[in-house]
Amino acid sequence: MPALPDRIPSVSRDLLIAKLKTILPSDAVLTSDETLRPYECDGLSAYRQLPMLAVLPKTIDEVVQIMQVAQETGTKVVARGSGTGLSGGATPLGDGILMSLAKFNQVVKIDPLARTAVVQSGVRNLKISEDVAPLNLYYAPDPSSQIACSIGGNVAENSGGVHCLKYGLTIHNILKIEVVTIRGEQVTVGSDALDAPGYDLLALMTGSEGMLGITTEITVKLTPKPQLARVVMASFDDVEKAGNAVANVIGAGIIPAGLEMMDKLATEAVEGFVHADYDLNAEAILLCESDGTPEEVAEEIAKMEAVMRASGATGIRVSNNEIERLRFWSGRKAAFPAVGRISPDYYCIDGSIPRRALAAVLKRTAELSIKYNLRCANVFHAGDGNLHPLILYDANIGGELEKTEAFAADILELCIEYGGTITGEHGVGIEKINQMCSQFSDGERETFFAIKRAFDSDMLLNPGKVIPSLARCAEYGRMRVHQGQLPYAEIPRF
Amino acid sequence: MQAFISDLSDRLKEHTANRRPLVIHGGNTKAFYGGAANNASNGATYSSSLDMRSYSGIIEYEAKELVLTVRAGTTLAEIEAAMDAENQMLPFEPPRYGENATSLATIGGTVAAGLSGPRRAYAGSVRDFVLGTRIMNGKGENLNFGGRVIKNVAGYDVSRLMTGAMGTLGVLLDLSFKVLPKPAAEITLRFEMNETIAIQRMNEWAGKPLPLSATSWFENCLMVRLSGAIAGVKAAQNKIGGESLENEAARGFWADCRDQSGVFFENNLCAHEPLWRLSVPATTPPLQLGLPQLMEWGGALRWISGAADTTSLRAKVAAVGGHVTLFRGGDKSVGVFHPLQATLLPIHRSLKAAFDPADILNRGRMDNF
Repeated sequence: MPALPDRIPSVSRDLLIAKLKTILPSDAVLTSDETLRPYECDGLSAYRQLPMLAVLPKTIDEVVQIMQVAQETGTKVVARGSGTGLSGGATPLGDGILMSLAKFNQVVKIDPLARTAVVQSGVRNLKISEDVAPLNLYYAPDPSSQIACSIGGNVAENSGGVHCLKYGLTIHNILKIEVVTIRGEQVTVGSDALDAPGYDLLALMTGSEGMLGITTEITVKLTPKPQLARVVMASFDDVEKAGNAVANVIGAGIIPAGLEMMDKLATEAVEGFVHADYDLNAEAILLCESDGTPEEVAEEIAKMEAVMRASGATGIRVSNNEIERLRFWSGRKAAFPAVGRISPDYYCIDGSIPRRALAAVLKRTAELSIKYNLRCANVFHAGDGNLHPLILYDANIGGELEKTEAFAADILELCIEYGGTITGEHGVGIEKINQMCSQFSDGERETFFAIKRAFDSDMLLNPGKVIPSLARCAEYGRMRVHQGQLPYAEIPRF
Repeated sequence: MQAFISDLSDRLKEHTANRRPLVIHGGNTKAFYGGAANNASNGATYSSSLDMRSYSGIIEYEAKELVLTVRAGTTLAEIEAAMDAENQMLPFEPPRYGENATSLATIGGTVAAGLSGPRRAYAGSVRDFVLGTRIMNGKGENLNFGGRVIKNVAGYDVSRLMTGAMGTLGVLLDLSFKVLPKPAAEITLRFEMNETIAIQRMNEWAGKPLPLSATSWFENCLMVRLSGAIAGVKAAQNKIGGESLENEAARGFWADCRDQSGVFFENNLCAHEPLWRLSVPATTPPLQLGLPQLMEWGGALRWISGAADTTSLRAKVAAVGGHVTLFRGGDKSVGVFHPLQATLLPIHRSLKAAFDPADILNRGRMDNF
């Protein structure tokens, strides 16, 4: 397998700028370092790179023409929504065009009877729900960044959220996308019906991290707002008991609207931030939500309480009104900024494991925390088995970021060891590209490359992300072997 | 099972080297569906088939994980028996084409055909519940994609790509699914109303927080199934009214819908008429095609029985945003699947070539590219 072609654009930067300025107004072609600075990273801010230039198209026709220029000149293109992604999927390339879809910000159509909305890809996730709220509908996937993240980015990453155990991921909540290929062709993928002829390209493109096409418009499904939601907050004196309680809830035939866990360090951090009266003596806290009609919720909450009690909860509280419910959730929702208050920097991991392995993986993460001498707070989607360990570090201390990355890599290897995956919802991007070598065989990686080539034979769309080359995997393999002997050595990172 | 895998790999390599087609099958319950197999190669016709039924069995099923991993040749009957014991179900209600306990339908065939039953419009399709696959591509390579966890975005979603690909991209080996608990209560309600009002009602109800799990309309009779918590189902029934069906009759009714049997489908079969599957936006007004029709999925699935001009039928349905499959019977030479948008053709051909370069796997079964 050859490494990704390291293409030099066949035209000079100046000529490329001139070509792009015939397509776009000149203020939509950014070329100076200061105007490019905001695009140097996405939510994975540890990795920064100025793009060769940035473009801000406003129409599909402009996107088509930009893609034609990119194809003609052999120039790489990285698409970007709001830049909230956590795996570096939108990290620019120094020899590539950064295409911001921020101007694709229109809600095109809302159809209340069909329960669909047609939105441009730069529309913020939360805006969809806000716009359809008067119809008693909402867009179900709710990533933590929903106030800022774009729906196009959600499609690229197949984003999840707190409620996806019950309501599904992005792929379960979209019907159709309008895509521009690297050849500059407009393609409709999916349909307004429940299925479409041919291979399921909608599933293939969702979560493909901007490597197969540029999504300009999305038809999303809207969900009726539940009449009522209540949440059970249960404390446990042992993380393992909390992990078992999660399994017992599911085992009792309940699919909670949300089922989240916070460990002691996370609880301390959020309590200091939101003062929501969390149980600071608990080793773990579970938040378990029920939604539906008042009758359904009453029935389910009673069952949830009984399971929590039988699983050894040391304290149980149930929200009695909406204000209380939001207060119970406030800490979970504010967990990331709260952790930001107790540490100069933190690094968020996104491994996913079978629920039965929760306690074991948390225990081994705690051991790693001691080994690396770095604190680690755990807040996560327990119901899905989707972990979000937050490693606390200080980037100003020499070597601490590298140590953090090694710790993170070890956690991801643990997830694979327990039958899980290196990313539940944040994507691979550049962040987890090395661990792809552990999770996938050469044949599987080669299949990913073949799929990439089916859409983009010249490897121009977001190249170098998601799929590692054979050479990179060989290098990573050597590194892992060495690591046992030299845990904190100056590990060469790519 | 290891022997099966290594024998299969050798066999696929040999077929690819000689460009000889191979027909993959399980219980053959869905042999009627899809493009006609094209087994001609180099002037000769081959009838080489791969029976997946010896590759069967449940690999892992832990109810508390909501995840089931099975070999492709496992029958739905065996899976259903194991899930009954845990009070769980495959939420997409796949067709059995036979009595539940004796049906020969396999899970591999179910995924390959991508067919889902009455619950599909409300719970999701077979593709929505596929979490991972192990496949063997045309070159005989054993490949794993996705996984056995609920959330997984590592690499492209090849598992879901396999769903509905009619076995043309790989031999399905192991399959993992998200499963769900069975609802505590279920009730079926009957209403008298015409097609226009039925379409309106089904869509209005779906926009409200009601526990809908299936809908079907035929000859001015709308059937609605509610599933969920006991109190929730009762409250919803009070809200929408209707006349409730006796449990056994309701179960039979939805099993008929699931398997395309019952009056409408049996009339079609007896008359040797083609059966068209129209997948359309749920709110599409009555299509007035002048042929017997049965509606499902809140209006998104419309079955039409009888001879029709394929080109004009397809044009009419495409104009409302839908597509037409010649589901059963009729003349397959008109093309079973709806023609693809021209810009999608090269992508489909490249994908097929990537997985199966010699076009040996189920050649002809997907006939629209």
